[in-house]
Amino acid sequence: MTDASAIETIADVRAALAGVGSAVDVCTIFLERIQERDAALGAFTHVASDTALEEAATVDARGADDPSQPLAGVPIAIKDNICTRGLPTTAASRILTDYRPPYDATVVERLRAAGAVILGKTNCDEFAMGSTTEHSCYGITRNPWDHDRVPGGSSGGSAAAVAARLAPVALGSDTGGSIRQPAAFCGLVGLKPTYGRVSRYGLLAFASSLDQIGPLGLTVADVAAVFRVIAGHDPADATSAAEAVPEWPSGTANETPAIGVPWTLLNDGIDDDVLASFRTALDTLRSSGATLVDIELPHATYAVPTYYVVAPAEASSNLARYDGVRYGVRAPLAETADLTAMYDRTRESGFSDEVKRRIMLGTYALSAGYYDAYYLRAQQIRTLIRRDYDTVFSTVDAVALPTTPTTAFPLGQHADDPLQLYVGDIFTASANLTGLPALSVPSGNDSSGLPIGLQLVGRAFDEVTILDLAARFERERSEPIGRPPGLDPSA
Amino acid sequence: MTERLTRTEVERIARLAHLELDDAEADRLTRQLGDILTYFERLREVDTSGVEATTHPVSAGPRMRDDQSRESLPRDEAVAGAPDAADGLFRVPKVIG
Amino acid sequence: MMPDSEASRFEPVIGLEIHAHLLTESKIFCSCRTSFGAAPNSHVCPVCLGLPGALPVLNRRVVELAIRAGLALGCTVQRCSIFARKNYFYPDLPKGYQISQYEQPLASDGMLSYETEEGQRTVRITRVHLEEDAGKSLHAGETQSRHTTLDYNRSGVPLIEIVTEPDLRAPATAGDFFARLRAVLMAIGVNDGNMEEGSLRCDANVSLRPRGETALGVKVEVKNLNSFRFLQRALEHEIIRQADCLEMGEEVVQETRLWNEARGRTESMRSKEEAHDYRYFPEPDLPPIEVSDEWISEVRASLPELPETRKQRYLRELGLSATEAGQLAEQADLAQFFEDTARTAGNAKTAAHWVMGEVTRHLKTDGVGIDQVGVTADALGRLVGLVDSGVISSSTGKTVFEKMYGSGLEAEEIVERENLVQIGDRNELEALVTRVISEQPDAAARVRGGHEGTLGFLVGRVMKASRGRANPKLAGELLRQQLRAPGVT
Repeated sequence: MTDASAIETIADVRAALAGVGSAVDVCTIFLERIQERDAALGAFTHVASDTALEEAATVDARGADDPSQPLAGVPIAIKDNICTRGLPTTAASRILTDYRPPYDATVVERLRAAGAVILGKTNCDEFAMGSTTEHSCYGITRNPWDHDRVPGGSSGGSAAAVAARLAPVALGSDTGGSIRQPAAFCGLVGLKPTYGRVSRYGLLAFASSLDQIGPLGLTVADVAAVFRVIAGHDPADATSAAEAVPEWPSGTANETPAIGVPWTLLNDGIDDDVLASFRTALDTLRSSGATLVDIELPHATYAVPTYYVVAPAEASSNLARYDGVRYGVRAPLAETADLTAMYDRTRESGFSDEVKRRIMLGTYALSAGYYDAYYLRAQQIRTLIRRDYDTVFSTVDAVALPTTPTTAFPLGQHADDPLQLYVGDIFTASANLTGLPALSVPSGNDSSGLPIGLQLVGRAFDEVTILDLAARFERERSEPIGRPPGLDPSA
Repeated sequence: MTERLTRTEVERIARLAHLELDDAEADRLTRQLGDILTYFERLREVDTSGVEATTHPVSAGPRMRDDQSRESLPRDEAVAGAPDAADGLFRVPKVIG
Repeated sequence: MMPDSEASRFEPVIGLEIHAHLLTESKIFCSCRTSFGAAPNSHVCPVCLGLPGALPVLNRRVVELAIRAGLALGCTVQRCSIFARKNYFYPDLPKGYQISQYEQPLASDGMLSYETEEGQRTVRITRVHLEEDAGKSLHAGETQSRHTTLDYNRSGVPLIEIVTEPDLRAPATAGDFFARLRAVLMAIGVNDGNMEEGSLRCDANVSLRPRGETALGVKVEVKNLNSFRFLQRALEHEIIRQADCLEMGEEVVQETRLWNEARGRTESMRSKEEAHDYRYFPEPDLPPIEVSDEWISEVRASLPELPETRKQRYLRELGLSATEAGQLAEQADLAQFFEDTARTAGNAKTAAHWVMGEVTRHLKTDGVGIDQVGVTADALGRLVGLVDSGVISSSTGKTVFEKMYGSGLEAEEIVERENLVQIGDRNELEALVTRVISEQPDAAARVRGGHEGTLGFLVGRVMKASRGRANPKLAGELLRQQLRAPGVT
């Protein structure tokens, strides 16, 4: 097999399988890379070597040319908050130490049915709450582009794994930006589908009306390939949509799309490099045939506080099941003379500070006397934010924004100031609040070489348009994004 | 509603959420949550009169299932992850009183 | 017994909250079986166990049965209703919240109206809403005194909660209302009425107020009323307890109390904790329940006739008395039996008399329901017809009935075989009458002297002599004639 180190994308994997390589060979290559590189990164929480090789062997036995298996032999990493039967699924929380679910999430079932090979579980912020992957009971994950910086979060492990070429693609989850932001920080493509597009059955819920599972990859094509396998109605998820999964590429891409840009939102707090990269990206899109339109999103400025009321509120309820009764850990017998003590001590010692903070915030927002002022009000503002987008989408086909106001920042920078960190969700949270599909595609690098992401938001169920735009941009992009330094074949 | 979050209130919420906070944690949370809630005051600037709340961002497909029973989890799998179980029953310390 | 002073000073005000399991095959949000009595934790899955990542999906039949209940209780069924999470911690609650309905319940503003000895009574139904049941916690006995064990088979079983307005004024009334509500739920196939197994449960809200007052007093919730008996006893005791309290100038504490049957009193459930803050919010995992006009019409059309409606029909169309109509209309199968009998007999009144008389007596003695009665409605109808047309007397009819019961024999067969046809022939009867008069000279003399009562005795002798075949009315006429007593024309 020619140059194992050249196998990075799904296309590379397919080429290898079409040639002399087997699925087991391909799987072995990635497992070896994980062995070599992950100690320094901490992207994986569990590497499923044995089962992965078995799965690869099964693919080989079937013959890799089976059209009913579009991801035959493609290794994939799964964020640790998604259920994988028999493999640890802990959402990076102590409270679920060693928990192995008796069932696969629907997305995992679909990936398996498509022939994908599950390499293992990736690190994340505990219960998907965070934007740095620093809130994990397993420890931090480092950004492959600069080991002293965060990979982003909460899907930081998945992002680091793909960026370090430890897996061609990975699954993450996105509640306020948790796929897109790490994708931007790690130079990847990351897609948050329309709410309801991808089943949430088997996703450890953070905020039920905001969560979506989505893919991260090195190319738009790879992300689209995984998206098409995991998307589609699931009878086990009552919030999943009936919309048929579209073909992509569709062959009928809009050659002259209109792209809305909400310039008034792009004021303070954005790095110069990020803004410059954004302008360059828009120029590229315009040269390729798109029209740029100035738009207003009057309520977008409220997206962050709205998000930080709704998400913790739903989370406080979703995390009530972690009580030490039926699964996970329970505080030691000596400390738990009665039921109340058991609940209190189990949850106190089982949850990280960030999780506790959000549970407290959410409990407060829902409690008697505050519900109207906080939760109800926030849900109403959600409607207003959505109306802004609906208005805008009558004149444009997509909305463009930077994915994040900054590039990846140093580890430990926001340890004492959670609010500061929350504000980083300013460009991503709206897509979750409105349910609209959004992706991040690399647009360039800052002066330190750190990746910058361009975000595209589409109409509900119109992933095709934003994938088309992203693919076009990927082709026309003037500067190569490059690879994380130190990731050369010799490593 | 613009009163600063009090320590007593924080303790009440912690009890509701069954989180046993030590003093340092309670103090820290009182401060941090207070900051966050102050930040939330911005939401009051918005005129939400007559606006419906979004409880489900996108309308879903077929919503209900037929009334048919299916195989349940095998009993041993059901209690497999339990911190304490015996004879197919989950076990917890007794409720007080 | 309530001392008179209390009984007259305070008026009890009672409302009920009923939880009824819905008769479905599978649970409300998952496909586990709902059947009772299975080995612990053998009907559970990720959804009803509250495993990480599991999601609820609504069972359509649950909604259908709830619509039925709402319609049967005269409620408005909402075209759009939503589920809400009720958040609290308890080991039998796997998710740490119960999926229920809070604002926008499925049905509201109904009533159950029925006749009692004191006249028509109407109890308003505030709401009927859907929710899931919790698991069962078994507070252990001696060997496991430190533990509570949990069985989640019941977790996720579908419930409707029916809440009444505080329209009830006495324990007996509350018991009666609950019995009727139970009958309705059973009649429409929504619930099996089984209180021992816990598929029908009742809590009560009780307060007292000085008679003549309209404002409501402090409400106490009383739980653990697992039978009609408990319901009534608990209410009686609670009313006395509250009255004693108020008499002593104390305030009644608003709280939840449990009925303790062993000790014969209600006991406070609350610990020092503050009252529950359930933090209700709309359930994000379930879209709103949409009920179309067509669906409501379909369900309405499928509703069986309810006892009260049936009773009114009997009064109006069949000319039955209130007592007859009330008793016969109560249960669908007995009502059907009666109607079939009446149709064959061609006479509803006499059919009613027979069903309420002889048939009911047999059922009681044998301890069985109408489904196991020893005679078909058709056969009974023909017997009734024979009596009505005078072929046999009513007392012969009873004899024939006994022979029919459980034997499969037809009335005509028996009458023919045993030569029981009533003597309608005047001449034959004349002869019998003459004979009896000669055998009973003293009685005959008394009747001649105007003593009407003794005529009955003589009629009886004629009946005996004819082995029940004489027509008693005709016998009486002939006796009068032959005796030439006063009053004979």
